[in-house]
Parts: sequence; structure tokens; C-alpha cells
Amino acid sequence: MTSRTADFDQIELAEDTREVRKRHGSGAPPGIIDDDFDPGNDANGETRPSIGNAFIATLLFLGADIMLFAGLIGAFVVFRYGAENWPPPGQPRLPVGVTAINTAILLLSGFLMAHTWRLLAGRNRHQIVKWLLAVLALGVAFLMVQGYEWLRLLDFGLKLSSGVFGATFYTLIGCHALHVIGAVIWLSAVSLRIRLSSHAFDERRIESVKLIGMYWFLVVALWPILYGLVYWS
Amino acid sequence: MTSATAVKEVHTTHERQGFLKTYIFSLDHKMIAKQFLLLGLFMIWIGGGLALLLRWQLAYPEQPLPLIGASEQYLETGEPQSSMDRFWDSELSKSDDEQGWLTKRMPVGIITPAFYNALFTMHATIMIFFVVMPILIGCFGNFLIPLMIGAGDMAFPSLNMLSFWIAVLAGIIMIAGFLVPGGHAASGWTAYAPLSSDPTWTGVDWGQNLWCISLVVLGISSLMGSINYITTIINMRAPGMTFMRLPLVIWSLFIVAILLLLALPVLTAAIAMLLFDRLAGTTFFNAAGGGDPLLWQHLFWFFGHPEVYILILPAMGVVSEILPVFSRKPIFGYKAMVLALSGIAFLGWIVWGHHMFQSGMNPALGATFMISTMLISVPSAIKTFNWLGTLWGGNITFPAPMLNALAFVSMFVIGGLSGIYMASTVVDIFIHDTYYIVAHIHYVVFGGSIFGLFAAAYYWFPKMFGRMMNQTLSKVHFWFTFIPFNCTFFPMHILGIGGHMRRIYNPMQYEFLQQFEGWNIFISISAFVLGFSQLIFLFNFFWSMFKGKKADDNPWKATTLEWTTATPPPHGNFDVLPTVYHGPCEYSVPGAKKDFTMQTENVDLQAMSGNGGNGA
Repeated sequence: MTSRTADFDQIELAEDTREVRKRHGSGAPPGIIDDDFDPGNDANGETRPSIGNAFIATLLFLGADIMLFAGLIGAFVVFRYGAENWPPPGQPRLPVGVTAINTAILLLSGFLMAHTWRLLAGRNRHQIVKWLLAVLALGVAFLMVQGYEWLRLLDFGLKLSSGVFGATFYTLIGCHALHVIGAVIWLSAVSLRIRLSSHAFDERRIESVKLIGMYWFLVVALWPILYGLVYWS
Repeated sequence: MTSATAVKEVHTTHERQGFLKTYIFSLDHKMIAKQFLLLGLFMIWIGGGLALLLRWQLAYPEQPLPLIGASEQYLETGEPQSSMDRFWDSELSKSDDEQGWLTKRMPVGIITPAFYNALFTMHATIMIFFVVMPILIGCFGNFLIPLMIGAGDMAFPSLNMLSFWIAVLAGIIMIAGFLVPGGHAASGWTAYAPLSSDPTWTGVDWGQNLWCISLVVLGISSLMGSINYITTIINMRAPGMTFMRLPLVIWSLFIVAILLLLALPVLTAAIAMLLFDRLAGTTFFNAAGGGDPLLWQHLFWFFGHPEVYILILPAMGVVSEILPVFSRKPIFGYKAMVLALSGIAFLGWIVWGHHMFQSGMNPALGATFMISTMLISVPSAIKTFNWLGTLWGGNITFPAPMLNALAFVSMFVIGGLSGIYMASTVVDIFIHDTYYIVAHIHYVVFGGSIFGLFAAAYYWFPKMFGRMMNQTLSKVHFWFTFIPFNCTFFPMHILGIGGHMRRIYNPMQYEFLQQFEGWNIFISISAFVLGFSQLIFLFNFFWSMFKGKKADDNPWKATTLEWTTATPPPHGNFDVLPTVYHGPCEYSVPGAKKDFTMQTENVDLQAMSGNGGNGA
């Protein structure tokens, strides 16, 4: 290892980082975290950081999503625990029983998604699509049961404009429902692409399943909290 | 320098793209940065113009504006004297429906109370969301992050482009609010319910709705931006660029992106509820319907206080970058600076209640918020003393970036100190909602963020456009900003102590405020000077872009990565990926041959100085 003198006229722009590392024997210039850390070469597919960009981005998006729900849940809690009677007199009761079944449906979809994740390593395209479609079916079933519930509640006179009870119910549960719809659309697109493409089931396909899976888990994990808060309390 | 010529070759051989792809729908982070800069520089004139209209009304209440207002003789006799008189004469003779935009807002050139409310609301909204955020975060975040961490571009270039154009869409929606019947939002930038939630209170209908929609759209843009920034900083750093070797401005942008990511969704949730109240008949914020107006304040400020740090932290980072360069000394206490940034960001989440001391909140809760707020002075003081420590004994020079950075430090101290007064619940009872608050916020956001913005613009202009800004004009601009700034905002402390309300159409209607007429006139004249001297900056900016002296690759003799590449940087930023060997501030290392060591220079500073380099 030769130490070089500092000379301003020859600011060292390493011609090839790998070559520089070789010259330094151990390979890593002082302070390097990871020898394979070679950002910017992503496009060439040579080396990649240990966690992909898309994973980090999805995790961050989920964080922002949780804060959105935090705002809505905060508003609900203020109204719920500030009220003397909840639901207020004259307002319909929420369907606790049916929704319990619906909760089970959504939780099951989460377990199926986890199961699909375990199958990813096998790279059996048809098997994976089959399980993804099962998850999708459960998601759609959840939406349909909830849609039916909403229609009945509207029939009973619970509207968005019927006081804070109706308003919090429809915004909070509706916001979650929008997320489920988004997840269903995303999952359909992913499944369709895996099913239709003649491409091998490569790393990119695995990643696409993992990303929608992360989002799906958030949507599933939020639901028991909302169910407990909104339906049970 | 052979490496630089190689870079230029890469640039010229790069396939030329069409106009649309190069300038409009560019994926290049440097072009997107310039687009954000232009967006901000366009909006600053609208936001500033609104402020000058406000100042006219406060200094000369209910008098016609100069140039466009009717003459005194016309107002007295009804006889048109000038062409403007004839214009107002014909306008006033029309029916309500036919009257023009201007007549509805300022008949005969006199600002109406309703328009005054819209003016202060929109001045703040535009300055915060469409000037400081696009420039400090959108422009400098985009420009600096890949260049300073040694990456070719952002992690998601398309998302980056989308983020800009969605911000433009939000800007168009916000501007459209000025044109709808009923006028623009007029409930303050904080949009306190029920003023904002029920159109009957302000008479504003779609103005407030568009305000809400615009901020939701802008939230989507910011979400994309922040995800992009964080991912890029985590994953795209050059070999050797550890977190503790990141330039402090990158640290500040990293933390700001986290704040943005987590704070804006809460605002989105609150605004969704506000829109439902206005459009769908809910009563979230209407006590008559079982709602709670205070809930809006809690939700708004839970976003709003982190937002304040979103505005100031990037400027702190910029200053931490510039002070070492022009003192030829390393930043004092790099690690402490990083910890203080993080500390401020964390504390920013638990202090929102200090905006609500007078809201009827439980006093015990007020005391809690008072203590957490005062805690923020600890990391803030760490930063301030570290800046002073950086300057101490340095070989200081005073080009325009340094002047503006020094202005930041001194103005931030004034703004920070007045903040401590307001944090005290007892004192706040008196100064709440007075001009003392206006003085404080402008010392922090103008004296802080805007001086930071100017410092950054002067400092990185050569790298952005390949030319130097004119130094004489830059300095003239600085002094014509710094002095009128203090003349404008310092007397506001005095008005505030005197009980001058913050949002008042005509202070002269109160006897106890009439003594302040002279101050108000002085403030307004200073504000006009301040506003018009920004033309110097505008001229200098665009003139230098085309006619300025050509800049070499490292005009300030700084050490960070953006100065190792060509000026302006080519597509992909670096011809080969840089490797990083040092922290960002290796100035005047004892034993080194020259007074600065680039981050890419492979020299053993520890061996040279005997006791380790400066910092990491």
C-alpha cells in the first residue's frame, strides 16, 4: 500500500474503483461499509446494494400511509372517547358479527400471502399465481361483504353527514377500503404479468410479489386495529 | 486536468435529446432542480407582491394604491382626472355581475377587508409551500443529493420528474383560486376551523376548496420527492461515502425528507376532513354538529410544527456547508451537528401544542408543551455555537455566499431567541397573535430560510449554470436585502409588545394603535425597498446565466464531491464513480500540502497531522 502525496493539481478521480481497491490490498478504502457496495451500476446488474431501492421506497410509502391513518384514527379517538353515548342515540349499530367473519377473511388472505412468499424461492410460476389468485379472491370477498354492509347501513340511515359517528365511520373505514381496492388492483396487475409473460420467473418478478406483499400486509394489519376501535368500542 | 476533459468528452458524445426531453420532461436531476428553482422564483414574485399590498394597507389604511388607484380629487369630487379615474368611474357604474376582477377586490384601488384576508392567507401559503419548499428542498435537494453523495442520478428519475410536474399542477390549482368567484382562501394559512370549514363565515367558497385540493396534490408531490431523497441517500452513496462522511447539507435534507414523509400525510388526513365538512355535510370541525374545532388545530399543528423545521433545516445544512469553505476551517463538531439536527427533528414532533396555548387547551398540557419547546433551544444552541466555533480563528473571506450564510446565523439567533419568549405560556398570553409572532416567524423563515436560500443560490450557481454570478451585484443585493430586512421586521417586535394584532385590516381604528402609525409607515417603506431590491438578484441571476464569467470546476476551493466533476456536470454527473476517503470538511489540516483535501483524495491525513484528520 503506497500512500500518495496530496497534490491539488492531481485530484484523484479514481479511474476504476475496483482497481483502486486492488491497489489497496485489502480492497476497501478506509470506512467502506460493504465491498460490494457499488451504487449507480444498478442498470448493468453487476452489483446491487443489499436492500433494493424499491424495497426502501415501499417501506417509506407504508410509513407515510401509517401516518395518514394515524391522523384519521386520532380524529376518531377524540370523538369516540369524548362522546357520552357511542353510537349516539338514534344511530344504527354497526354489524359486529358479519365484520368478524370479514376480518377472518382478510387475515386469512394475509396468511396466504405469507405462504406465497415462502413459495417464491421455488420459482414455480403456476403455483405462485395460483396462491396469488387465492389472496386476490379473499380481498375481493372482503370488499364485497363490506360493500353489502355499507348498503345496509345506508338503508338504516347512517350517512356521511349523520354527525361525527357517520363521518368518522365512513372516512376511516372508507379510507381502508380504498387501500384494499388499491391493493387488489396492484395484485391483479402483478398476477396478470406473471401469468401472461413468457419471461422466466426472475428476480424482478420475485421483487414485484414482495412489494405488493408488503403493501398487502399493511392493509391486513391495519384492519384488526380499525375493527377493534370502530366496531367494538 | 485530464479527468475533467474526459468528462466533457462524455458530455459531447452523449446523444442529444429533443427539446421536450431535455428541458420539459427531463429525467435528469440537475434539470429537475433548475425547474424547481424556476417554479420557486416565479412564485416568489406573487407571494412577495401580496405582501407589499398588505404593507400598503397597513401603512396607508384604506387609501388608494399608487399607480392603479383613483386620484384624491376623484374620490373627493367624483370628477375623473386621470385615465385610472376614468377606468374606476366606468367600473363602478357597472352592475355587480359585470364588474371586473380588480374592482371586486380593490374598488378605486382600495383593498377591501375580504381581499386583505385573502392576501395574508395566500402570502403565507405561497411563500411556504411554493417558494421555500420548492427551492430549498425541491431545487437544492435534487441538485445536491446525487452530486454530493457521488451518484449518477436519483434512485427514481421518473418519480422525480412526476414529483415536479405534480407540484406545478398544485401551483396552478392554487393560483386558480384567485380567479374563482368569492375570492381565494381567507382563513389564514393555518385555515382554522370553523372559519375555514363553513363557507358562510368568510364568504369564500371555491377559493378555500381549491386551497385544500392544491395542498393535497402538493402533498403527493412531496411524498414522491421525500421517498426518492431518502432512498437515494441510503442506497446510492459512492464507495467510501459513509453516513458520517456525508456533507451536512445532505444530512439536513435526509432528515427533512423523513419529516416531510411523516408530517404531510397528517395534513392530508386533516384536509380531507375539512373538505368533507365543506362539501359533503360532515361536521368534523363544527361544534354544532358534534364536531370539535380544536381537533383541526391539533391535526394542523401536528403537521405544522415539523413543517417549520422542514423550512429551516435545509438552510441550516447549507450554512454548515458554506461557513467552513469561507473560513478555511473544518465544521466545528460534525457529529454534534448531526445529532443536533436529529434532535431538532425529533423534538419537532412533540411541541405542536405551543401554537395553541391560547386555544383553551388544558393548562397542564400547556406546561408540558412549554418544556418540550424550550428543550429545542439545546440542539439549536449546539448548532449556533458550532457555527461560531467554525468561524473562530478562521481565515474568513466575504464573498456573497458567506455574507448570506453569516446573515443566516445572526438572524436565526434573533428569531430563535424571540421563540423562547413565545414558548413561555405566561408571556405568550400577552404576545400571542400580535406582530411579535409575525416578527419571529419572519426572522426564522426570511432571516433563516431565505438567507440560506440566497447563500445556496450564490454558492452553487457556478456548478448549476457553469458561470459565476456577478460579485459586485451580489454584494449590493445582499446589503439591500439585509438592511431593509431588519428595518422591516425588527420594529414588528415593538408593535407586538404594543399589542398590535397580527391579522388586522385597519389598525388605525383603535386608539391604542394609532401611536404606531409612524412605525407602520417605516416598516412598509422598508418592505418596499426590500421587495424591489430583489430585482437586483433576479437581474444578476439571469444575466450571469448567459453573460457571467465562466466558472472553473472548483471556484470556491471546496472539498465535497460536486466540485470534483466538470462544471456544469455532465449527464451521469461523474465519468467514473468517485471513491471517498475523507469527511466533508478537511480544511487546513496540519501537515497537508494545501489547505483543503478533496473527499476523493487518497491521502493519509492521520499520518500527516499526527493526531487524525478533522472528524471522520
